Amino acid sequence: MPLLEVRNLSVTIPTPEGDVHAVRAINLEIEKGEIHGVIGESGCGKTMTGMTLLGLAPKGARIVADSLHFDGEDLSKNAERLRGRRIGLISQDPAAALNPVLSIARQMDDVLRAHRNMSRQARRAEASSLLAATGLPDPQRVLKSYPHQLSGGMQQRVVIAQALATGADFLIADEPTTALDVSVGAQVLALLRKLVSDRGLTVLMITHDMDVIAEACDRVTVLYAGLSVEVGPVGEILQQPGHPYTQALLAALPDAAPHGARLAAIEGSIPPPRSGIEGCAFAPRCPKAMPVCARQVPPKRLAEAHRWLCHLPASAP
Amino acid sequence: MELVRYILRRTILSTFVVVGVTFLVFIVAQVVPSDPAALYAGPRPTAEQIEKARQELNLDAPLAERFVTFAKAMAAGDFGVSYKSRRLIADDLRAYLPATLELAIFSTGLALLIGIPLGVLAAARQGNWPDRLSSLGSIAAVAMPTFFLAMILQLIFAQWLGILPLSGRLSREISIAAPLPMITGFNLIDAVLAGRIEVVGDALKHLILPALTLASYPAGVAMRLTRSAMIEILERRHVTAARALGLSEPRILFGHALPNAMGPALTVIGLSFAYALTGAVLVEIIFAWPGLGRYVSEAILAKDFPVIAAVTMVVTICYVVMNLLIDVAQALVDPRVALS
Ligand SMILES: Nc1ncnc2c1ncn2[C@@H]1O[C@H](COP(=O)(O)OP(=O)(O)O)[C@@H](O)[C@H]1O
Ligand code: SF4
Ligand SMILES: [Mg+2]
Repeated sequence: MPLLEVRNLSVTIPTPEGDVHAVRAINLEIEKGEIHGVIGESGCGKTMTGMTLLGLAPKGARIVADSLHFDGEDLSKNAERLRGRRIGLISQDPAAALNPVLSIARQMDDVLRAHRNMSRQARRAEASSLLAATGLPDPQRVLKSYPHQLSGGMQQRVVIAQALATGADFLIADEPTTALDVSVGAQVLALLRKLVSDRGLTVLMITHDMDVIAEACDRVTVLYAGLSVEVGPVGEILQQPGHPYTQALLAALPDAAPHGARLAAIEGSIPPPRSGIEGCAFAPRCPKAMPVCARQVPPKRLAEAHRWLCHLPASAP
Repeated sequence: MELVRYILRRTILSTFVVVGVTFLVFIVAQVVPSDPAALYAGPRPTAEQIEKARQELNLDAPLAERFVTFAKAMAAGDFGVSYKSRRLIADDLRAYLPATLELAIFSTGLALLIGIPLGVLAAARQGNWPDRLSSLGSIAAVAMPTFFLAMILQLIFAQWLGILPLSGRLSREISIAAPLPMITGFNLIDAVLAGRIEVVGDALKHLILPALTLASYPAGVAMRLTRSAMIEILERRHVTAARALGLSEPRILFGHALPNAMGPALTVIGLSFAYALTGAVLVEIIFAWPGLGRYVSEAILAKDFPVIAAVTMVVTICYVVMNLLIDVAQALVDPRVALS
């Protein structure tokens, strides 16, 4: 049984201008110990999916799923209890994720105090060793600092140390390198890989950057307009993408692309989040679209270890 | 290091403010159309007596010389003699200033203690009944005239329930039969210093109603400011991050979000304090509180300028010192303040 099993998740947010379909139908299967990438253009529901898993979807959001289970527990009931105990968050902008008016020592200590039954001194020592475990060279100095006194890379390491301090074994990393310099981002990815192998963590890696997928992930789920359209091992998907959208993503990435290049533009844009979708969501932008695509929901295709949704048969190039 | 430099900068700025006010007070004294010598010389003075007073008061010396004399005297705490009562103003201040400060500090503390938690609660339950109720309460607190609130409080707690005294700073049995030695002039402190615990309780009981009356307006303002600051801060990413870290809701509200909202809340202290220092005339009269407000209002009616000048100076200095403390507190709460 996978550690995380999400089947047919939809998250709808009512607004005065109408319902926003932030997530329409997402499937995720994440095995223990893997780094599972989730990639897609901005607005395709990556963050909302992560927040739903943490039980932090906006108030009033309608969450429906055939299955929403973490380690056998129903997340639609227990997300609040699992959050910060088994499931942690590493968010996009570490400068915004840290409290600007509290010292790092205080912010680490608050987390440890909430989760561990330890004396003050023990907590202090633990905070220091957790910071060291994230590769921060001088933990004592970092503890005395305030967030604005640290670089972006150091801040992100502190955020990771906080997540470790909760004891969580499943981390949702929402574009953890987007706000960082490319080389610093690469170091943070290397750190996450190391923590996964050293501590047996599992990571859901949200990104819009194919390089992050290639560099850090074991398997990947491709999202389009709130739908998961393809899933499989990273190597296979990079070599033989099945879904025309994944193909377009890879094609838009020139071979000589500078490291960390954003997704180059694909003609057109994603369907508006307030409208319903008929047939294949990608049809208006798909170079291979057929008349049937606009009318019927595409069927599931299989090749080797990966699957995708498309009207084109798997053998078609 | 940044903090030390910041405090130094603020202190220098404050000194300028005090010097500026000294100059203003002196200038106003020259412009106010009344003859200090005539006032000083007493009722129905002869021309001779007035002339003598002019010399005693050094009124014929050049303006610049008189300003220097004035500033030096102020700096030395020598505020001169009241035209009206002929008493040393410094002696009067020693009695009235602590009474007013005690009330001002107590009511400011009360305002924060009531206003800030209610503001946090209202923000946390935005739109629900705790929010509606405390928002309504804050409007009432700000809008209610002081004298009216004072009378209602007296009616309920002194007249009907009889659990708090109607007015005064201490009970007769203490102030007449066994008065406190005057050490600091703050009854609470003097009672502790004298080891008379029963007097601490008596002084506290006398403080509650006037302090509550004075606290009403700033508590309402503190509540509104804290509420709006908290609503904005609770939307920030680091609050979501704190939730994702599994921190408890009270911990997030008071330990994480509130320190970010302390800026506006601290600003209220300055407002509340200034209001209590001189805006308290009515409260001091209603509660027979022997403080600066009553003292200066009598001086104004009598055109007793040395008293007015002395009170203005003292209040300015209290206010400037308070603001300096607030600035330092703000820099301690938010380390980025010292950087700007
Ligand atoms: N609080 C919200 N209220 C209404 N719509 C929202 C809210 N949060 C996100 N959305 C919408 O949901 C969709 C998915 O957003 P998000 O998950 O943030 O996308 P991504 O992280 O993939 O860029 C977007 O169309 C976005 O505008
Ligand atoms: S179903 Fe049709 S439109 Fe959709 S991706 Fe496949 S070919 Fe393109
Ligand atoms: Mg996002």
